Amino acid sequence: MAEPLLGVENLVRRFGGITATDNLSLEVAKGELHAIIGPNGAGKTTLISQLTGQLSPDSGTIRFAGRDVTRLPAWRRSALGLARSFQITSLLPDFTAADNVALAAQAHDGHSFYFWGNARKEKHLREAAHAALGRVGLGHRADTVVSKLSHGEQRELELAVALATGPQLLLLDEPMAGLGVAESARMVQLLQELRREFTIVLVEHDMEAVFALADRISVLVYGRVIACGAPDAIRANDEVKRAYLGEQHAVVGHGR
Amino acid sequence: MSFAFNARNAAAALLVAGLLLLPLYSSLSGNVFVLTLFTRIVIFALAAVSLNLIMGYGGMMSFGHAAYLGIGGYAVGILAFEGIGSGFIQWPVALLASALYALVIGALSLRTRGVYFIMITLAFAQMAYYVASSLARYGGDDGLTIYKRSNFAGLINLSSRVPFYYLCLACLFGGIYLIWRIVNSRFGLVVQGLRSNEARMQAIGFPATRYRLVCFVIAGTMCGLAGALLANNTDFVSPAAMYWTRSGDLMVMVILGGMGTLFGPVIGAIAYLVLEDVLSRCTEYWALIMGPLLLLIVLFGRGGIMGLLGRRGDG
Repeated sequence: MAEPLLGVENLVRRFGGITATDNLSLEVAKGELHAIIGPNGAGKTTLISQLTGQLSPDSGTIRFAGRDVTRLPAWRRSALGLARSFQITSLLPDFTAADNVALAAQAHDGHSFYFWGNARKEKHLREAAHAALGRVGLGHRADTVVSKLSHGEQRELELAVALATGPQLLLLDEPMAGLGVAESARMVQLLQELRREFTIVLVEHDMEAVFALADRISVLVYGRVIACGAPDAIRANDEVKRAYLGEQHAVVGHGR
Repeated sequence: MSFAFNARNAAAALLVAGLLLLPLYSSLSGNVFVLTLFTRIVIFALAAVSLNLIMGYGGMMSFGHAAYLGIGGYAVGILAFEGIGSGFIQWPVALLASALYALVIGALSLRTRGVYFIMITLAFAQMAYYVASSLARYGGDDGLTIYKRSNFAGLINLSSRVPFYYLCLACLFGGIYLIWRIVNSRFGLVVQGLRSNEARMQAIGFPATRYRLVCFVIAGTMCGLAGALLANNTDFVSPAAMYWTRSGDLMVMVILGGMGTLFGPVIGAIAYLVLEDVLSRCTEYWALIMGPLLLLIVLFGRGGIMGLLGRRGDG
């Protein structure tokens, strides 16, 4: 088997006494859509943050596109083609949608120590921005300030920003979070299109979406991968069932 | 770029016209004092404009910006004292010294954020203040009198009021123009993006610190120029120029006028210094009126005076 695009080995991250990522190993092959599911507090976002470099692991290695990136800062990983969308929308709220995306394109178009020319008039950056906005269906909102966009539109913009960095791998942290039914359906359709071009790691709570989209699913519980496989195998896995039901049981048990 | 007619742009245009015509008014009315006052105001406006670049556009709350006033001033003063009177040497040295200071201080301070950044920039400026106080050869605490203004080989006579005023004004307008270009450039967008959401900017591939540092150095250098002008204006430089209250004055000017607007700091500098002048002539307890007044403007006029003039414009 060829080397995976993303390889995680024995990753550990602790917060005080809590081990949020517990000796976790994971492989994502080029071209696949790999979903990561797990109950709340399983350490999904912590994992994503280590993959993108916002958090550094206590031990273990992360390899991306044949390089050890474990100690690289976020911006360097982005330059290598790792893009993320945030679970809690994280955009530049006082910039327009087009500015947000154009800046992402600008970040991957050489350095930005240009002090004189008007960056908003750089044609190729604007065109890249409009192309990415068009892909996620936000073309008509290009000149709207982000803080005036609806939540659903901001979720879509998150995706457009990630696309504009020219990624090899998209790490999507709950792109459906907080979306309505119609918006969710649109997002699923969008992801169906994107998966043909990009390798995607998808963290998502919407099980219907996950089972419809994923090539493989990893189930995370207490920072460990307890199962990894095709959707059908995961659905049939006893340990997974127990983890989900067990957690529910535990919640009821502790909740007086 | 379209210049829509709105209150902000009208104010900026009025401001530019007023400052340009001021010497005319001064000579027609025979009021020399107003020209002296406004020379000082224009110099402080340049300092405030430079602070606004890092504070307003870059989100870096530097509480040590007056250090550059002192460094620029001492560069001129010390060179003059040592017999080097040429402005062609004094001023580049003033700019270079300020840039170098900004580079070192910035590289250290920009590792921190928020309150820590405020405190560390303040601490460094106070250090500069005490260093200047200990320069016994150059007057120490008492400061250094500059007997001869910078000599520009007959190109311009700084001892002559009106030309000197216009030189200061040209520096101010030049600074504002430079900042206007920067703010809309690639670099400017990155710096403003970092103010807005640093984690996001890192995630899309921008190394935050080096962009911030360059911005910090540009602002420091520009303020060093204000320092050189100020020393020439007062024929004197002393450690007081970099005392922390001076840094506070500059911050108030920026906030009062409107952070992150091109002409806001100029309006802030005018409002602050004119108010100080008028009130201090009425009563010796002028600070008692000035304080609450500033508080009210900041509390109720979000975005300072520019904010009161309406929403975003080109001004």
